[in-house]
Amino acid sequence: MADTDPKVDKTTVTVTINGTAIEANPDELLIAAAERTGTYIPRFCYHPRMKPVGMCRMCIVEVDTGRGPALQPACMLPVSEGMTVDTESDVTKKAQDGVLEFLLINHPLDCPVCDKGGECPLQDQTLAFGPGESRFIEEKRHFEKPIPLSPLVYMDRERCILCDRCTRFSSEVAGDPLISFINRGNETEVNTFPDDPFASYFSGNTVQICPVGALTAVPYRFKARPWDLDQVESTCTTCSVGCRVAVQSSSNRLVRYLGVDVDPVNHGWLCDKGRFDFEAIGSDDRLDTPLVNGTATDWSDALTKAADALEAATVGIIGGARLTNEDAYAWSKLARTVIGTDDVDCQLGDGLPAEVVLGMPRATIDEACAADVLVLLTADIKEELPVLYLRLREAVVDKGLQIVELSPTETGMTRYATRSVRYSPGQAASAVRELDGLSGNVVCVLGRPSLAESADSVVAAAAALLEKAPGATFLSGLRRSNVHGALDMGLAPGMLPGRVTLDDGRGWFSSWGDLPSSRGRDARGILEAAAAGQLQTLVLLGADPLADFPDRDLARRALDGATTVVAIDCFRTESVTKASVVLPASTYAEKAGSTTNLEGRVSRLNAKVTPPGTARDDWMIAVELAFRMGGDLGIETLDDIWSE
Amino acid sequence: MARLNPQNVELAREIIARYPRTRSALIPLLHVAQEQDGWVTDDAMEHIAELLQLTPAEVLGTCSFYEMFKREPVGRYVINVCEGISCMLMGSDELLHHAEEKLGIKAGATTEDGMFTLMGVECIAACDGAPCLAVNYRYQLDVSNAGFDALIDDLRAGKLAGEIPPHGTTTRVRQQTPAHRWSGKGADGLPKIWVQL
Amino acid sequence: MRTEPIVMARFEQGDAHTLEGYTRTGGYEGLRRAIELGPEAVHAEVEASGLTGRSGGAGFPAARKWSLLAPGKPSYVVVNGDESEPGFGKDRVLMEVDPHQLIEGSLICAFATGSAQVFLYVRGEMALAQERLAQALTDAYAAGLVGKDIMGTGVDIDVVLHWGAGAYIVGEETALIESLEGQRGMPRLKPPFFPAVKGVYMQPTIVNNVETLSNLPWIVLNGGAAFAAMGVNRSLGMRMFTLSGHVNRPGNYEVELASMSFRELFTDPAYGAGIRDGNQLKAFLVGASFPWLFEEHLDVKLDIDEVQQAGSMLGSGLVVMDDTTCAVRAAWNLVRFFAHESCGKCTPCREGTSWLEKIMHRIETGTGREDDLELLLDVGDNITPGLAWPPKQTTICPLGPSAVAPIVSSVHRFRDEYLLHIKEGGCPRGRH
Ligand SMILES: Cc1cc2nc3c(=O)[nH]c(=O)nc-3n(C[C@H](O)[C@H](O)[C@H](O)COP(=O)(O)O)c2cc1C
Ligand code: SF4
Ligand code: FES
Repeated sequence: MADTDPKVDKTTVTVTINGTAIEANPDELLIAAAERTGTYIPRFCYHPRMKPVGMCRMCIVEVDTGRGPALQPACMLPVSEGMTVDTESDVTKKAQDGVLEFLLINHPLDCPVCDKGGECPLQDQTLAFGPGESRFIEEKRHFEKPIPLSPLVYMDRERCILCDRCTRFSSEVAGDPLISFINRGNETEVNTFPDDPFASYFSGNTVQICPVGALTAVPYRFKARPWDLDQVESTCTTCSVGCRVAVQSSSNRLVRYLGVDVDPVNHGWLCDKGRFDFEAIGSDDRLDTPLVNGTATDWSDALTKAADALEAATVGIIGGARLTNEDAYAWSKLARTVIGTDDVDCQLGDGLPAEVVLGMPRATIDEACAADVLVLLTADIKEELPVLYLRLREAVVDKGLQIVELSPTETGMTRYATRSVRYSPGQAASAVRELDGLSGNVVCVLGRPSLAESADSVVAAAAALLEKAPGATFLSGLRRSNVHGALDMGLAPGMLPGRVTLDDGRGWFSSWGDLPSSRGRDARGILEAAAAGQLQTLVLLGADPLADFPDRDLARRALDGATTVVAIDCFRTESVTKASVVLPASTYAEKAGSTTNLEGRVSRLNAKVTPPGTARDDWMIAVELAFRMGGDLGIETLDDIWSE
Repeated sequence: MARLNPQNVELAREIIARYPRTRSALIPLLHVAQEQDGWVTDDAMEHIAELLQLTPAEVLGTCSFYEMFKREPVGRYVINVCEGISCMLMGSDELLHHAEEKLGIKAGATTEDGMFTLMGVECIAACDGAPCLAVNYRYQLDVSNAGFDALIDDLRAGKLAGEIPPHGTTTRVRQQTPAHRWSGKGADGLPKIWVQL
Repeated sequence: MRTEPIVMARFEQGDAHTLEGYTRTGGYEGLRRAIELGPEAVHAEVEASGLTGRSGGAGFPAARKWSLLAPGKPSYVVVNGDESEPGFGKDRVLMEVDPHQLIEGSLICAFATGSAQVFLYVRGEMALAQERLAQALTDAYAAGLVGKDIMGTGVDIDVVLHWGAGAYIVGEETALIESLEGQRGMPRLKPPFFPAVKGVYMQPTIVNNVETLSNLPWIVLNGGAAFAAMGVNRSLGMRMFTLSGHVNRPGNYEVELASMSFRELFTDPAYGAGIRDGNQLKAFLVGASFPWLFEEHLDVKLDIDEVQQAGSMLGSGLVVMDDTTCAVRAAWNLVRFFAHESCGKCTPCREGTSWLEKIMHRIETGTGREDDLELLLDVGDNITPGLAWPPKQTTICPLGPSAVAPIVSSVHRFRDEYLLHIKEGGCPRGRH
């Protein structure tokens, strides 16, 4: 629990816990202060990222604030000067044992068949401190065994200890109160409204925070036992927020992702897309062997075919947001040096000019949450950057963040906006000019509100905003996973690694040899050229323009128009089936490297499982291609990339 | 299964307007729904959720906490025999037993003709009139077995229709506040964006 | 000893619930006078009166509660008309018989505390009280006594009649507030959620009982000193009690505090008129939530401090049990009530009270075991450590401990009766 470690500054209070004096912030909760200084107070309902409710009563301890010792819930009690706490007194122990016994009297104790068995706080607590024989001889509470709350989440009401974590999460954190306590007293249960499933983008978090095995995730049910799991920490690459995750596998198979609590980014939460997407990694659509004209072949054959196509022709490369920073660097270098083209673009017509994204004064998520006014000029954040939505929503609800939303249509953020301005596409800049009250610290989330809104129009709106609020800073709203890393690495026309333009970089990058003489085309330009037969080889670097480019017709004509289409991808996408050479790539959780989120924050990716078949990392593919084309990227390991 | 009818939607809006925060109208609106249908239907809960901008789950969460809201059909007359301590001391067990025999049903059940639902309930705050009961929340004090029989006969014969409205209607009188008399200051100064947790 | 009632003054009148009947007998004069005096002076009078909360618990001084109101705009007054404690029936009749008195009292409270909004929360099951109050409010609004520019004085106070839907716990003030906000009526933890600081909509809020507020018109008109002249110490003024159970004249009585003993109240021909059939007393309740009192407490006065010294608390529902009563059955009845009414928020209360109820039920119906008595007390101890009075608690509100009180009282006093149940396989009186 990374957040229970606030900076202890001078205005602290002194509290004595079990005879030892500790310093704590005056508003710190006793449970957190104790944990920070090495005393773990048992708890079930308390969760550091949600408002305490003090209802499981497991954390009651004897506290003396000058009026004699009294039992108090440590999760609701802020520390105060001179407070003495005894977490081990007989009274404390008896009360806590009593609570535990109460929790167990109606609990089925079916740990051997429970997903949570082995990592269950209730089980741990019982083994460590709990009473032996049950004194409860009556019949336990009965409910129909697991019922679906949604296609992803199942609920076993007999195991539920009514800690209010899932229900609080759904209303307080996610803002989707689709599950609730139903009935009263000893008959209380957690459930949905009949036939109204728990369809929240964030439902998986409830499974993660359930302190018992009441909530289970369908993709994980009975897949593994906690003690068989192996785990590494990594970063989610489903979108550009870059949430930290623990990737867990069992016998080289991914079985579960858990959110890891990092203060600046995801606070431990994940969206369901990010949490459950790993299902796709092992899917039948995975590419595990190179293909030439649709038939499996070996790497040597496929690489030679690809190298031939790249060498003899004019080449355009689209895609790259899926890549790690290291992959992107290698491809950027391959394109500029060995292939000799600046026709590279990691954005598929849905982004913003690289110079703008890289050149605007940037804000972090924390800064956006702390702004006096937050202007939204981007697509629906709830849809595209789900965990950023959680962060902003929390800032609105808890800290009164003022949001001004500029959007052609209603979005998931609308109900939290102080003001929502509707405008017609193309009119963004004039809508910005009409805003008032843009004073203080202004932050803007900048992306493409809709595809009907041209990048130029967004840039004009950003400029208009800077005129009204010269100190404004920007948080990028571009959604593709590592698009920011790819832009940093120069996978955009006219850009080189390190946010340097092609022209400015000629000196810097002298070691790269000759660079393309002029700025290349963007994705649209590349596709138009291919459609017009002016570009012989089209490289799809994890791009699926047939499904993903706003102008599908142009994409189709481009793929038909190019002489050779080379696809480097993990999945058999629609566009991949049109490629004559297909090189299978490894993906997230199969490779190490780094990724850059929408704030520009770089975080590590770690490999947990091995890629299927012979799929390999994109940077290796770049190195191999360079080699076959008679060049040398000078890269043999990931470390080489970093030293460059 | 019914949503609120137009008249009740009108009434709902009136009730909502009285509160500084709309969700406060939830329990009163559930009563309106129960008054309309005799019980609270799922459709009505969904409708109320729409009117108050809540989720149906939130409405159900509140609705199911409270004893009076029936989520399945009940008789035209719900007879609540008090089983509180004072009534117990004064013979409520015998009264309830007698009521079961008279109506031919167990406590908790509804007569086949849909006229009566019999319930044993906690103290209804008429202890000085023990044993007591309430028919659709209209109190009957010091009830003897013979008195119970007479009550049932009267209800069956429709003699009490004027005094005891069908189940669901608790109050037949509603507070009327003419707009020009309403000060409406209760919401002054409350924060504008209010996300209820 | 004063016998002339204050809040029950209009009970014999017949038409007190009508605006005409009320104003004919001095109604709304207290409010008029209060507005003339101004908020501070009203507050001072209430302080001088020593009026304490009439909800039947600890009896917190009303004026002191008002001073705790955190400054802030807006603030609210909530009238607690949820009366649901077994044995209590006084607020219901106050609302039914004299609704205007309560409205007037609430307006005086709102005026004194600078609030522009009163919520009158009436227990859902009290249909007649709701109708009477709805009519009274409608009439008072029409007559310019409530709402905008009250009596032409420029004072604005709205009153909204709100009603519950059946849940005893909603009588607890923070649960009442949750319920008023349209939530499940589950109490909030105090601190931090003291209503006077963070109440309705997280704004400063005064919650007072129906009877507490009904005293205000009289106090304003007659002066705090006149009120304080009745009773002694903390037990000042008059108070209503619902007397029920095995007495010959059950009823609601308003008596001067500290002026009369329980014995007098139970036997005086003007009050209880004696135990039925000339039977002996077995025990009596002063509130279902509190420890029982017995024969040896009959000479205790109806005085907050004296009752506290006797080991209980002066509630408003006095329930007399004669010696024909089965103690196990009576205790089971009370435990069942609390188990049924637990909101379910705290583990010890949700699980513990039902467990206790199941054990009690077993003993009463014939499957009790000898170690059940120790089990009852130990489970109780895990809800209210030390089984002491006033109770310590492992719960948020005192409902959990309330379920333990009848067990402790009856097991300690009538252990033999429990053992007889266990030995004979059920209640020797054979009623279940
Ligand atoms: C479990 C529980 C139930 C309560 N029920 C009621 C009630 O029905 N009516 C009431 O006025 N106060 C009730 N109270 C007391 C209220 O919390 C609150 O103290 C009271 O309304 C304050 O009014 P007063 O100061 O005027 O007495 C209850 C308290 C608890 C803990
Ligand atoms: S003690 Fe019981 S009634 Fe009170 S808050 Fe806890 S669970 Fe609810
Ligand atoms: S962790 Fe404190 S009451 Fe649950």
